[in-house]
Amino acid sequence: MRQMFDTSHLSRRHVLQFAGGAAICGALPVVTVRPASATPAMLASAIRDLVGEAPVKVGKVKLEIPPLVENGNTVPMTVSVDSPMTSDDHVKSIHVFNEKNPQPNIGNFHLGPRAGRAKVATRVRLADSQKVTAVARLSDGSFWSASVDVIVTLAACTEEVP
Amino acid sequence: MASALVNVPSKARKGAVIEIRTLMSHIMEPGYRRTAAGDLVPRDIITSFSCRFNGEEIFRADLFPAIAANPFLSFFTVATESGKFEFEWIGDNGFVANASATITVEA
Repeated sequence: MRQMFDTSHLSRRHVLQFAGGAAICGALPVVTVRPASATPAMLASAIRDLVGEAPVKVGKVKLEIPPLVENGNTVPMTVSVDSPMTSDDHVKSIHVFNEKNPQPNIGNFHLGPRAGRAKVATRVRLADSQKVTAVARLSDGSFWSASVDVIVTLAACTEEVP
Repeated sequence: MASALVNVPSKARKGAVIEIRTLMSHIMEPGYRRTAAGDLVPRDIITSFSCRFNGEEIFRADLFPAIAANPFLSFFTVATESGKFEFEWIGDNGFVANASATITVEA
């Protein structure tokens, strides 16, 4: 353990950690060109494109996504909306956005009163630790949302192709 | 070759809410990855999924590169009558795949 604090000396553990990291990231010394990632401003403008001037209220929507993700390449995600799903009061669509992937959109899901239950599930990619937001459009024209902060340890999208 | 897995209950009571699950084999190449030589790998994703029941659209999804490879989708519908579900996936490079499933609805 004494070696852990001696910066002039590389411990066996450090060497192994470095080697493991290099194996995961591909060839480490190569400078990888990362695409410009979406920003919180892009997230906001993508939501604005959807809702226009309408206010987006927090609530009704439940976004289930693991708070700590080991592999960003496949992250299970479930969105459900508290709605009776009748012809008078139902969810028309559910839209999922992210903050830091190269694109702010994840998916749009169009449903109607015939769905019976406003719930969709899929698997997504997350390129970084970030906020994921789901917005539901209801039949009365109102918008409701939920956001979850996700920590991703292995990022998706930007790794090298072997 | 595209292959689809579709999970629909074969029987349901009239008025019951049933879950439909679909899985499509597809690389969903996001178009942001580079090879070791630095070349961008072109995007190749499924962009649209739809489900029709007896000809009427009951669910549709627009997919983006942030959907994981081999897209999985789960959604719900009300069992109204016996009939046929038709599923369609449409993507880049002229990708089209179809699947169907029948359901028997008992009163």
